[in-house]
Amino acid sequence: MRYIEPHGHMVSRTTDDYAAMVTAGCAAVCEPAFWAGYDRKNAHGFYDYFLQLTEYEPRRAAKYHLPHYTWLCINPKESEDTALADDVIALIPDLLAKPNVLGIGEIGLNKNSRNELLILEKHLQLAADHDQLVLVHTPHLEDKLKGTRLILDAIQNFSTLRPERVIIDHVEEHTAPLVLDRGFWAGITLYPESKATPNRAIDMLELYGHQHIWLNSACDWGHSDPLAVPRTALQMRHRGYDATFIDRILYQNPLEFLSQNPRFKL
Amino acid sequence: MPSLPDLQFIAARASLLDLASFLDRVQRHGQDGDYRLEALREALPILLSTGPHRARRILESLSDQSQEPIPAATIQGAFGAPKKEPNLS
Repeated sequence: MRYIEPHGHMVSRTTDDYAAMVTAGCAAVCEPAFWAGYDRKNAHGFYDYFLQLTEYEPRRAAKYHLPHYTWLCINPKESEDTALADDVIALIPDLLAKPNVLGIGEIGLNKNSRNELLILEKHLQLAADHDQLVLVHTPHLEDKLKGTRLILDAIQNFSTLRPERVIIDHVEEHTAPLVLDRGFWAGITLYPESKATPNRAIDMLELYGHQHIWLNSACDWGHSDPLAVPRTALQMRHRGYDATFIDRILYQNPLEFLSQNPRFKL
Repeated sequence: MPSLPDLQFIAARASLLDLASFLDRVQRHGQDGDYRLEALREALPILLSTGPHRARRILESLSDQSQEPIPAATIQGAFGAPKKEPNLS
């Protein structure tokens, strides 16, 4: 079996995870910039992190023959400090030329605050100015529905951002239709307790269709499973789906979205 | 299509028991007045409703339905159910 992991925070994972992912059939991993588990104090911390994403982590992945791609931004949890966010956003244009950078992400909202929304809009402008793909994080738990609505309205204020070049990640049953109906891609995240299970992800594919959807693990420094995507493939087999269907969802779909950036080559 | 009850009834039964024992546990320890428990109890009837989209409707019931951005984020975490604003009337 082959699959693409379109959302894994590999800086927080060990080499055991790289070995396991490749053994399970992972053909490429994509790593959005995210919250480190603590708030960074200044833009220098982010610059070092961006170098880790664009230089060190691809070399670490290459030892396991795994192509590694990345996305750049300041994440919504650290966007309340708009001065810091402005300094970080100013770093990004020069880094867009790095060979493994796919676009701007994972931007979005966390608590749905005014400053978070302002910084989201600045990222969207950056993406529009540089014709970048966009990967969006939707908030957790009780904040997700409200945040998704605010995000979708914000994006549609940027007429040059084409919906097919934007993926709204971490959708669940109450937000997936909102995202797909407006022509965006939807990411279903297989994360313990706070996001979707394999069975719910497969249910969403049955309810909302097989197009413009990808599955991901969003594995990070918390309790998460870097093999959540191939484990979902097994659940698909249990439920009677064949290898062609599984390949379509877990390999062809992410390939279709990510190949919109010509750097993404397998 | 395989038989979904054959495949998944035991796991669903286990989830139901987990939920039931959680409700017993918080009650036994006098902690069932928490707002999250209230939200859970409000969502439970959706399980027994007819018609589709129970998961979606439960998620909607556990969601913040306000529409305006908040003035500032003073915390970073989420808790699984919206806090109800006090009635100031």
